[in-house]
Amino acid sequence: MNDTLTRSTAAEPAGLALPGRTVIRIGPVSAAVPARGVAVTLVALLGAVALAVVSVCHGDFPITPPAVWEVLTGGGTRIERHIVLNLRLPRVLCALLVGAALAVAGALTQTFARNPLASPDVLGVTNGAAVGAVAAIVLGGAVGAYGVPLAALGGAAISATLIYLLAWRRGIDGYRLVLIGLGVGEILGGITSWLLIRADLVDATRATIWITGSLAGREWAHVRPLAAALAVLLPLAMAASVALRVLQFREDTARALGLRLQSAQLLVVALAAALAAAAVAAAGPIEFVAFLVPQVALRLCGGSRPPLLASALLGALLVVGADLAAQIVIAPKELPVGLLTAMIGTPYLLWLLLRRSRRTSG
Amino acid sequence: MTSTPDLALRSGRRRRVVGLLGLLLLAVVAVLLSLGLGAQTLHPGEVWRVLLSADGSDASALVWELRAPRTVLGVAVGLALGVAGALIQGHTRNPIADPGLLGVSAGASFAVVVAIAVFGVDSFGGYIWFAFAGALVTSVVVFAVGSGGRNGPTPVTLALAGMAIGALLFSFTSSILVTSPETLNVFRFWVVGSLAGRDLDTAWQVIPFIAVGLVLAAANAPALNTLGLGEDVARALGQSVPLARVVGVAAIMLLTGAATAACGPIGFVGLVVPHLARALTGPDHRWLLPFAGLLGVVAVLLADVAGRLVARPAEVQTGIVLAVAGAPFFIWLVRRVRLVQL
Repeated sequence: MNDTLTRSTAAEPAGLALPGRTVIRIGPVSAAVPARGVAVTLVALLGAVALAVVSVCHGDFPITPPAVWEVLTGGGTRIERHIVLNLRLPRVLCALLVGAALAVAGALTQTFARNPLASPDVLGVTNGAAVGAVAAIVLGGAVGAYGVPLAALGGAAISATLIYLLAWRRGIDGYRLVLIGLGVGEILGGITSWLLIRADLVDATRATIWITGSLAGREWAHVRPLAAALAVLLPLAMAASVALRVLQFREDTARALGLRLQSAQLLVVALAAALAAAAVAAAGPIEFVAFLVPQVALRLCGGSRPPLLASALLGALLVVGADLAAQIVIAPKELPVGLLTAMIGTPYLLWLLLRRSRRTSG
Repeated sequence: MTSTPDLALRSGRRRRVVGLLGLLLLAVVAVLLSLGLGAQTLHPGEVWRVLLSADGSDASALVWELRAPRTVLGVAVGLALGVAGALIQGHTRNPIADPGLLGVSAGASFAVVVAIAVFGVDSFGGYIWFAFAGALVTSVVVFAVGSGGRNGPTPVTLALAGMAIGALLFSFTSSILVTSPETLNVFRFWVVGSLAGRDLDTAWQVIPFIAVGLVLAAANAPALNTLGLGEDVARALGQSVPLARVVGVAAIMLLTGAATAACGPIGFVGLVVPHLARALTGPDHRWLLPFAGLLGVVAVLLADVAGRLVARPAEVQTGIVLAVAGAPFFIWLVRRVRLVQL
């Protein structure tokens, strides 16, 4: 790498000379990067890749890493090729992408609403997707691999748009958006419950499995649209992080700092909603990830708002690890992946919470 | 407008007293509607007559056996949820906090699922103690975890702890549901929240807890006002912050635990009603709590009545009506009123 890494000194412009930050310069472009954040990001990347490899190798039919490599480069036996390429790889890729998408959506939402409790749920995405999917399953209109994901995507898009329009009143206020998101979420939750009561038990069970979030049986049909969506949305989200740096201040300050506030807000909300919707359409709502990961990333990296790249990689790490654990714990049966993300995430969040409150009070 | 602050204060007080009386009247009307309306409509005079003297007629049986229990329960649950919502929002200083926040719904739901899946319980009378125990244990754990620091529970740690533990319990609940369709079949009817099918015994089982919760809430109101000035100011004014928090959380636990145990998780009342009450009274909790309680009663009873009317002779569950009808109202409120900052 040709990047020049220099410790910030007093000679830097005042806004960049933050303690613990390193200034990266590539030609004329320079950015202040927290050194801790870079370390966390790299460790998360390595961890996610390592767990993905383990996940592809592990199963009823164990395959060694060299054999997997052989399959990926075009060799391997027929059964190995089938297991790796058709069964395990799509599932692992799906886990990685879903984790990254949910975590980034959560980071964007929490920064936008200036509320650590905000998650894509308040944008109506999860509840809207659930209504769409449950309606598709219960009313029986949806068929084929794409039916339920498409219905979920439709539900998410409609409810997110509705919430945004309802929250619009000479601009978008993060606080009002959260409140309206909660309100619409309640209606959608009510409709979902009502659909579940009306359904016969088989459909209700299918719908409940979907609502819980699952990575079992994911195929390339799930991975391809998700990957395409992320290829567009993730770079946009990274670009929007510049706008976010300003949005973290109160709105007046942001306006005074010269940001074109409305368009930046619309962009951030739309990106968060689209990322969450893509993830939820592929795997159902694995809700804990969007809420938890940005907070973990924030505490690991330091700073004042959840870092996007570290969140994405930690999210991928969490979901792929949870999915692996979900297959191992009560093998040969499987647990819902959402249970594992919660079981991994909850103690950690609580530990952070306790440690932080002890430190601030001690 | 009068120029002397004293007069302004007095007129504000009179406005609140009038408002409180108006709400009380509204609650009485809601009770009469709840007794009179349903698959079969009864004239208010007839309701009054059989209320005074049960005479063994069809109308009498309808009022006393079917509608009185759910009305009594509706009044108790409405009071509990409205007051608890106002307390939670006051203590966490989080305007989007609702009783689900302390893990109450998640804890009660998990306990009910365990009751169905492991112990084969399938009646409302049987759920109550499981739901209540689940709600109480969860709130105690959330409170203990959220108050890990020496300063006691801060609003943010409490909310985060509630959310984290709630998420964990939710996923335990859904893993049981996913693997056991029989459990799902019973649970899905509990989780929508309803006043239907409960007898008076159910109501009497939870009312003592709600009564104690209301007393604690009333005792907590002045302290909550002081806490609203900030913990440091409150301490300087001689307020014991940990004591105020413990009393408040005990009230919240009793109120929401009992309400959830009796009716399943009824959302929205605890979220919307305090906002509406605050718009009427301002931030003084001594006024806010009774307003929120009465508004809660009106909301729950009217939702229950509406649920009986829209799909006659079948009915739509109270929790669903509250969500579908309450949310647009809430959205209108959020858009229209500049919500009083906490």
